[in-house]
Amino acid sequence: MPFVNWLKRRLVVIAGLITLGYLLLPNVVVTVFSFNKPKGRFNYEWQQFSTDAWKDPCGVAGMCGSLSLSLQIAVWATLGATVLGTMIAFALVRYRFRARGAVNSLIFLPMAMPEVVMAASLLTLFLNMGAQLGFWTILIAHIMFCLSFVVTAVKARVMSMDPRLEQAAQDLYAGPLQTFLRVTLPIAAPGIAAGALLAFALSFDDFIITNFNAGSTVTFPMFVWGSAQRGTPVQINVIGTAMFVVAVLFVLTSMAISNRRNKQKA
Amino acid sequence: MSAATEAPPPLAPTAPETRPPRKRGRLTPYWLLLPGILWLVVFFALPLVYQASTSVQTGSLEQGYKVTWHFATYWDALSEYWPQFVRSVLYAASATILCLLLGYPLAYLIAFRAGRWRNLIMILVIAPFFTSFLIRTLAWKTILADGGPVVGALNTLHVLDVTNWLGWTAGDRVLATPLAVVCGLTYNFLPFMILPLYTSLERIDGRLHEAAGDLYARPWTTFRKVTFPLSMPGVVSGTLLTFIPAAGDYVNADLLGSTDTRMVGNVIQSQFLRILDYPTAAALSFILMAAILAMVTVYIRRSGTEDLV
Repeated sequence: MPFVNWLKRRLVVIAGLITLGYLLLPNVVVTVFSFNKPKGRFNYEWQQFSTDAWKDPCGVAGMCGSLSLSLQIAVWATLGATVLGTMIAFALVRYRFRARGAVNSLIFLPMAMPEVVMAASLLTLFLNMGAQLGFWTILIAHIMFCLSFVVTAVKARVMSMDPRLEQAAQDLYAGPLQTFLRVTLPIAAPGIAAGALLAFALSFDDFIITNFNAGSTVTFPMFVWGSAQRGTPVQINVIGTAMFVVAVLFVLTSMAISNRRNKQKA
Repeated sequence: MSAATEAPPPLAPTAPETRPPRKRGRLTPYWLLLPGILWLVVFFALPLVYQASTSVQTGSLEQGYKVTWHFATYWDALSEYWPQFVRSVLYAASATILCLLLGYPLAYLIAFRAGRWRNLIMILVIAPFFTSFLIRTLAWKTILADGGPVVGALNTLHVLDVTNWLGWTAGDRVLATPLAVVCGLTYNFLPFMILPLYTSLERIDGRLHEAAGDLYARPWTTFRKVTFPLSMPGVVSGTLLTFIPAAGDYVNADLLGSTDTRMVGNVIQSQFLRILDYPTAAALSFILMAAILAMVTVYIRRSGTEDLV
């Protein structure tokens, strides 16, 4: 029975690793199939090894354009949502005011609402106003749904902040602006950065709300959606793989940097 | 979502006696709130009002719509599309349960067993987020392809016989069946289950486990009586974060399913963007919103974690 006992003790680890495999399997498939040379229009079946798509990542009409549009929208949406969300978070943590409950629900509700409901209702608003669907309507929508996530991330950080640090700054004759820029903002920065990163990821990858409010404008997720109907070029997998690698490298580097900083402090 | 919003920490004492002027100080929170809240009111709350109004309008695209308080739209929409509603709830519930069963061991592993691998596993859980979820969902088409290794294995192990009997699959196929859709939903929302679970597991004091062991609790009893109850906040927010988006999703049903697996999101999408029947689409979307808010409220009340939101 030693094997059974061994298995019993490691059951959680084995189950956890199976889940991790389930989570990562699609990424493996995406990577492997970025080296495929499909016969038909769809890249679902393995044919033969080729690096054609990697040599010519923008070889598909419209794809790189949609990618750069998605990046632009994500940058602006992140900027807008981070500024507005940080302001709200500070107001919520630092001040007493009326209608706090209403403000809290208004922030919570977008996160508790299925995306398709927000998407459909926003489209009715735009249709009623006769707005031209495109870049601006997408940007408006993205700032709207990213806002709540930024507020939550920044709020958590500001709440754990010691208010005495700011008092100390004021005791040392720092003006309100100086206190904010030199003390408050640097301490809140990790929370703001986390919120911004989340907003960027959410905006860049959003499909449902964009699908409703984009009109004929094509973002990268919309391009992928369209290609699922028309035929999936291998270049999609190239972009998917590259994004995964860049993300992992980015996280690893930032972790290494913060590790080194901690060591220096210690 | 998980952070408590009640009881802000003790505030900084009121501004120094003389300056800045009191009036400005009192208005500051409103100035800070104004732009963001205005954004949410105009582009989140107001649209819901417009949608409610659209749902009771009649008319046509050419002649325009008028509010006629035509509530029959709701009845018609429900009687025509109730199978899609039921399907949405069933699929989303199955996916949520699967996410919990799959996600819990991994969250537990990261929190207690991973040691120096913890950060790496965390990165591997989050990193897929940065590859477009549509590309990753399309990869399931390859994984579950007819005659592929996964379907072959399921066939040899006679799993498909069971799922066929349950009506989850049909014949030798997994693609274009409910099983494929639930599998895709589970995959897509699994990280939303793992992260809150991990957060609440990580807060558990390891000494509680030792104490349980000292009191002769077997590992399973320790889990049932100590670990699991303490991880309830994570379980509740995890299930909500999975169920809500899964119930409104139409991407998985469209890419991995067939016309027999259409969910309510698919109906809303096609009514709005293809058929252009705005009142019906608005009514459906309103019913979905009301149903989910009602379910979430009951769920939060019953699980006794009202301080969650």
